Amino acid sequence: MSNKVLNQEPLLRITKRDGMPKLRAWGIRGIAVILSLIVSAAVIFLIVKMNPLKVYATMVSGAFGSSRKSWITVRDTMMLLCVGIALAPAFKMKFWNIGAEGQILVGGVATAACMIYLQSLPTWLLFVVIILASIAAGALWALLPALFKAKYNTNETLFTLMMNYVAIQLTSYFVALWENPYGSNTVGIINKATNRGWFPSIFGKQYLLNVIIVAVLAVGMYIYLKKSKHGYEITVVGDSENTARYAGISVKKVIIRTMLISGAICGISGFLAVSGASHTISASTAGGRGFTAIIVAWLAKFNTITMFVISLLLVFLEKGANAIASMYHLNDYASKMITGIILFFILGSEFFINYKLIVRAKENKEGK
Amino acid sequence: MDSLISLIQAAIIFGTVIMFGAVGEIIAEKSGSLNLGVPGVMYLGGIASLIGVFFYENSTDNPNQIICVIIALVCAFLAAALGGLIFSFLTITLRANQNVTGLTLTIFGSGVANFFGGSLNKLAGGVGQISVATTSSAFRASIPALYNLGFIGKILFSYGFMVYAAIILAIFAQRFLTKSRAGLNLRAIGENPGSADAAGINVTLYKYLATCIGSGISGLGGMYYVMDYTKGTWANDATIESLGWLAVALVIFAIWKPRNTIWGAYLFGILYWVYAFWRETNVDLGFITLHLPALTRRTQELFKMIPYIVTIIVLVITSHRKKKEYQPPEALGLPYFREER
Repeated sequence: MSNKVLNQEPLLRITKRDGMPKLRAWGIRGIAVILSLIVSAAVIFLIVKMNPLKVYATMVSGAFGSSRKSWITVRDTMMLLCVGIALAPAFKMKFWNIGAEGQILVGGVATAACMIYLQSLPTWLLFVVIILASIAAGALWALLPALFKAKYNTNETLFTLMMNYVAIQLTSYFVALWENPYGSNTVGIINKATNRGWFPSIFGKQYLLNVIIVAVLAVGMYIYLKKSKHGYEITVVGDSENTARYAGISVKKVIIRTMLISGAICGISGFLAVSGASHTISASTAGGRGFTAIIVAWLAKFNTITMFVISLLLVFLEKGANAIASMYHLNDYASKMITGIILFFILGSEFFINYKLIVRAKENKEGK
Repeated sequence: MDSLISLIQAAIIFGTVIMFGAVGEIIAEKSGSLNLGVPGVMYLGGIASLIGVFFYENSTDNPNQIICVIIALVCAFLAAALGGLIFSFLTITLRANQNVTGLTLTIFGSGVANFFGGSLNKLAGGVGQISVATTSSAFRASIPALYNLGFIGKILFSYGFMVYAAIILAIFAQRFLTKSRAGLNLRAIGENPGSADAAGINVTLYKYLATCIGSGISGLGGMYYVMDYTKGTWANDATIESLGWLAVALVIFAIWKPRNTIWGAYLFGILYWVYAFWRETNVDLGFITLHLPALTRRTQELFKMIPYIVTIIVLVITSHRKKKEYQPPEALGLPYFREER
């Protein structure tokens, strides 16, 4: 970049790597995570003057300190993973679905509506209706931007982003409609007495069903993306739309079909959040997961197993940071700050996996 | 009439927040950086100005209003520009994906701001409610002689200086982008960084500067929100975040032209606030009388969707018409790697 001395190699050159052994790539990511943990501990130390080792101990006990805490960590990991699974096919197609937050919310609203209005249905039928409704709601929310993308090439990043806020306002509308008790501006726990539409405990574990559903989706998505014809089409469209057209793939069809799937799984995430976790609905039911999952899916390169690892790391940090915050009567946003720091590090580390820095050789003999 | 004036006043104050956000983002986007960290940098600007002024006001018995204003402006700009620097370093130097980095910046900024906003009181040793009254009143001072000019005075001159600064900034940014050499270079980079590079423009430097300065300007929107809108206090809700996304929406609505943000921002303000001033009315159209019912708390929420829906419609129409001057910068959101051409 410096043009002062022509005909000389710059001190640092950057070239693209052809590929890196998986183990080394993970090593680099591991270093990034460790560095970010050190920085986070330093930040916490500066704020509360807590011994960094104690910071980690408190974080671990905050996330896994009791069976109940562990299960909540697992539940939230599954929820984040579910959204990541939903986004993977869209991103692989290079369709920037930033609208997961909204798609989760409408799925949650649909679930809550069924729980409120259809409680008299038999349990199995109620669940079938809830699942179908939440899938339909999420898919519809994703379909709109997909249609316009396919037809007019409308920028999907911005379209889906706006749809989030339409969904948030829609949710606020329903919260006001279902308000209980009157004047609280919250819906309260739905069907508290009857537990209708709540996930049943399996083997006495309240959140085991969440794990099963997400595990099925994860395996299914893995196979769908890696082994199916649809998955192949998604890859081709993502790499080059022109190549896809040349190969006879209908790009429009793939875009719409993939976004329907993406939105549908986001809708299921909303179902998990309402039926399987909070049993209520509010504008913060999605809780920013729609945005966090974008980063999860992207960093994992759409590999569902990697997504699980990253989700677990992020949820662990969230719970851990919350534990520290409540210990010092500080607020929960500490965890968001820490999450941001860690993601910055992991994002930065990708550079060292994809590119190689070459330092100019001293005597310019082997420099070339 | 009074309620109409109140609506316009609310819309202009609201619009000023997102106008700063949008003008800053336009400058960044013109260089090809789709910085989705706007809400994050607005948060950073807001909290940094609050912290800076808070310590100054607490350190002296007699805070000087001019110094207060300068501290707020400098802190907000620097903190937000620092956010922009993180984004630039990751996306330009380390070539991370812009969407993902921007969203991370938003998460980080909202975390930092809400954490310190909520904990500042505690960390400063329990001094009670955080409030920077002196600075806030400096930001909200209007010129009394003009303010008393009846309803014109109320509509045009009842605001603090930042409202006018935003308009001047938008006009200046427009001229910069269309008339100055640096502005033209910047746009060339946003359209086609490869050609710009070949023409001898320092792409990396321009992108860094545009993104950092743009973020700094967006950050002033966050500061204005804290100092004027919430009168120098901190509210731990997600308002700045939703305003930040509205600023991103406004960029699209203004089709990447800073001068359009002026009326666009006020229009968004009216659309956003109209629910609060909506009254039950009957509109007589001659052959039919339309009855417009009063809003309930529920329908208010639906009304608040309007700015976002309008943006979606604009987005669809501009993409449908495919007119060159209505399009986003060609290389928006794409990384530039010289060796990869």
